[in-house]
Amino acid sequence: MRPDLLILTIFLVVLTYSPVALASPPPDEQMVDPGMEIRARELYRDLRCVVCQSQSIDESNAALAADMRDKVRQRLLAGDSNAEVLAWVRERYGDYVLMTPPLQANTLFLWLLPFIALIGGGAVLVSFVRRQARQAGIRMDGEDEAELARLRDEEGQS
Amino acid sequence: MNRVFLFLPLAIFIVMGVYFALGLREDPSSIPSRMIDRPLPVFDLPGIAEGEPGFSNADLDGQVALVNVFGSWCPPCEIEHPMLMQISRSGRVPIFGVDWRDEPGAGAAWLARNGNPYQRVGDDPEGDLAFELGITGAPETFLIDRQGRVRFHHVGVIDETVWRDTLLPMIEALEVE
Amino acid sequence: MIAELGQFALILAFVVALFQSVAIFAGLRTGDAVVHGFARTGAIAQFVLVLAAFACLTVLFAQSDFTALVVAENSHTDKPFLYKLTGVWGNHEGSMLLWALILTAYTAALAWSAKPVEARLISLTFAVQSLITAAFTAFLLFTSNPFARLWPGPENGQDLNPLLQDPGLASHPPMLYAGYVGFSITFAFAVAALIEGRVDARWARIVRPWALAAWTFLTIGIALGASWAYYELGWGGWWAWDPVENASLMPWLAGTAFIHSLRVMEKRDTLKAWTILLALLTFALSMVGTFLVRSGVLTSVHAFAVDPERGVFILAILVALIGGSLLIYGLRANLLKPTGLFSEISRESTLLVNNLVLAASCALVFFGTFYPLFITTVSDETVTVGAPFYNSTFNPMVGALLILVPISGMLAWKRGKLMPVLKDLAPAGMAALAGAIAAFWIADRGLVAGALGTALAIWIALGVLTDLAKRFKLGEIAFSASLARAARLPLGIWGMAVAHFGVAIVVFAITGVSAWKQEASAFLMPGQHLDIRELAITLDDVQQYEGSNYVAERGEFTVRRGQRVVANMTAERRLYPVRGMSTTESAIHARASGDVYVTIGQPSPEHGWPVHVYLYPFAVWLWIGSAVLGLGGLLSLSDRGRRALAAKPKARAANPEPAE
Repeated sequence: MRPDLLILTIFLVVLTYSPVALASPPPDEQMVDPGMEIRARELYRDLRCVVCQSQSIDESNAALAADMRDKVRQRLLAGDSNAEVLAWVRERYGDYVLMTPPLQANTLFLWLLPFIALIGGGAVLVSFVRRQARQAGIRMDGEDEAELARLRDEEGQS
Repeated sequence: MNRVFLFLPLAIFIVMGVYFALGLREDPSSIPSRMIDRPLPVFDLPGIAEGEPGFSNADLDGQVALVNVFGSWCPPCEIEHPMLMQISRSGRVPIFGVDWRDEPGAGAAWLARNGNPYQRVGDDPEGDLAFELGITGAPETFLIDRQGRVRFHHVGVIDETVWRDTLLPMIEALEVE
Repeated sequence: MIAELGQFALILAFVVALFQSVAIFAGLRTGDAVVHGFARTGAIAQFVLVLAAFACLTVLFAQSDFTALVVAENSHTDKPFLYKLTGVWGNHEGSMLLWALILTAYTAALAWSAKPVEARLISLTFAVQSLITAAFTAFLLFTSNPFARLWPGPENGQDLNPLLQDPGLASHPPMLYAGYVGFSITFAFAVAALIEGRVDARWARIVRPWALAAWTFLTIGIALGASWAYYELGWGGWWAWDPVENASLMPWLAGTAFIHSLRVMEKRDTLKAWTILLALLTFALSMVGTFLVRSGVLTSVHAFAVDPERGVFILAILVALIGGSLLIYGLRANLLKPTGLFSEISRESTLLVNNLVLAASCALVFFGTFYPLFITTVSDETVTVGAPFYNSTFNPMVGALLILVPISGMLAWKRGKLMPVLKDLAPAGMAALAGAIAAFWIADRGLVAGALGTALAIWIALGVLTDLAKRFKLGEIAFSASLARAARLPLGIWGMAVAHFGVAIVVFAITGVSAWKQEASAFLMPGQHLDIRELAITLDDVQQYEGSNYVAERGEFTVRRGQRVVANMTAERRLYPVRGMSTTESAIHARASGDVYVTIGQPSPEHGWPVHVYLYPFAVWLWIGSAVLGLGGLLSLSDRGRRALAAKPKARAANPEPAE
């Protein structure tokens, strides 16, 4: 892999990991085991408060959100993995309850969109720039040099 | 540049405009119920007051029934209540109640004050059954068939129209099923 | 009486706008010169009329005249006077009237400032602008009348949503709208250019100040909204990828792409069709944002179910304005022939990449925002597209783009050389690497994200400084000569440098706030304290307090580091009885190194008061960075025309138009 691609890939992969912590549930909801608490908070952020406007149950102080946090903690204490807890809640409230849309047939377009846009747009862009640059190459003469100098000069790049 | 491409933005806009025109009639905040055609979860709720019977799957006993989730804290339930009383008096279909997230005794007091349309009422103070049912608010009502499966999930108040145009025809169909 | 007066003024504004639009289009056909003069008078008349209507509504609110429906629904006699005034736009009808006011203000500003050049273009622009005004005043009059009466008026009003009873309401919506609506001018200019079938560097130069003004307002407006959310929501959430926030981000992304491609067009006379398309899309997104999202369509069916007329009207306006302009685009854009050529390695190419990524990220936000609606339309399913989705798609895309910022700025127009630029930027790169390692080393959390964010911020900041140093020839020539070069540097370049430096600050602040934030919470009785890092936060006392239209519980805190008192803070929880809602008034102690953010909740008898403490490192730089970003926009918009930098005046100076 070329180094620049490598850097870009690392960048893409790493930024995907988002450690952003937002609001806090009330102090009496904290789990005794700090490791469990961290997992609980992660799960809260992945679950939508179904009665709120685009808030996770981590951010919401709605009663239903508190109930859902309570259920999440119960499942964690019962020994479920994070994925199992999410699946368990999803079973009852549907895809709607997941803050991240699951990758499946009806969300494929959404997930592929960044790639479609960048690759498709990139292809158009590259072909346009190439075509244009070939023409620019033909016209390299004294006038061209003068224009280059003028452009640099106007912006203090000479 | 190929001139056709210049119409691409317009084409995309038209497609999206059609979607908007259709989509704007939908309510994006209404969540499709996960319960349709599934059996009710197994539950056995205690009564809402000392000495009152509770509510469990066994009480449904192979009848077509309504299960109504309510709470004394819920203003729309107050609005819905007379309609439930009317249905109950008509004896058309048995109604069971799930008292959701109430303080001890509050549900019983509320029913004593407003009348009790329910065959049985189960107390669900922690919202355990409500969670299993995917409840997002109160009131919500499930229509249960003879096999104990959920056939319809109504979110919000049951009024005259909902009863006459939606629930009653479905109940009639289920009874001959 | 006042309501009727306002109503009348609004009706007149609609009539004038409609008449003016039709008259100009008709007049241009016959080549009538009178039209040009009329266009200006008409523009100012529209503004004066809408201003009169707005003033009437303001008076109704100030007098708490509850026979006016919007006042009864959104005000209360006990409400503080400031919020009676800002309450004018704290509701749908009033905010639409504000929208119309700003729209006509822009039209009037164009009338006032336009030079007698390109008379046809300017007149056409007035025509399009008046058409928009006519559409929106009609929308107001027919579906969202702010002057509707309520007989008999109630004893008192229903008060304003307490979340809106905040100084933030005074500044955020007007600023945001000034941004949204500012792009109406560039839209109108673009449509006018398409009708004319001609667009060139001169067009770009006329449009540039408007585009930058709108962009600057929008930038500041978004930042104000974020800061409002930061202190008002009670947990420091400044951005949540909520549909309403996305609605403002989309035109910002498109607008940012637009001001960059506009620069290419101005300098190099190419990317014409693309720039015009961006001008159209930016305003289209502004409108979509205002009307589909702000009207609540996306989040509740209410707006449409209760008032289908309003929904149909909105759709009709969008179809007419956006669909109409895109149709003209399809028919006419082929007339916009580019002349400037450039090679692969050039400023133009990098700005194209900028446009590609910004357009793609804008599309991403658009589809993310509307995807739940699409899915619900075609199936019984529904999904949520929440913050984690954007964090894993949008952030890496835009993060990667920002690496390009310093390189782009240093590459020459038309044909550049990459290696010298990279060589010049090597120190910045090394510093970024060192910064990443240091951040990784020092921070005990948010390790990788923190390191990357730090590196990116340092890279951009030092890259910008390197670019400036090269332009000043710092160290290459005498210092005084460098200063002279700096003084002669066009404001546009200064604007670019300042704005990009602002980006660096914002990136660093976002990194600090999100990667390194800390929080702790506990139930406290007065006298007890809570520890977070090396700070101890003591709840000294809790007092009851009565405001004009609310009751509050006020917690007084002392923050100590060891024995030393760092700050005294006061956090409140307010209850607004009229609406039965409570709000948190967080206490924020802001320092350059970060904010201490304290909130107090509803007490429990046995435990005491739940207290949350958050540490948001470098939070204040979010607002400073945004201000710097806006300053960059202002500097750049003040740049008029071009001039040679080196002290060798040429004949060219007298003829600012480049030979085509």
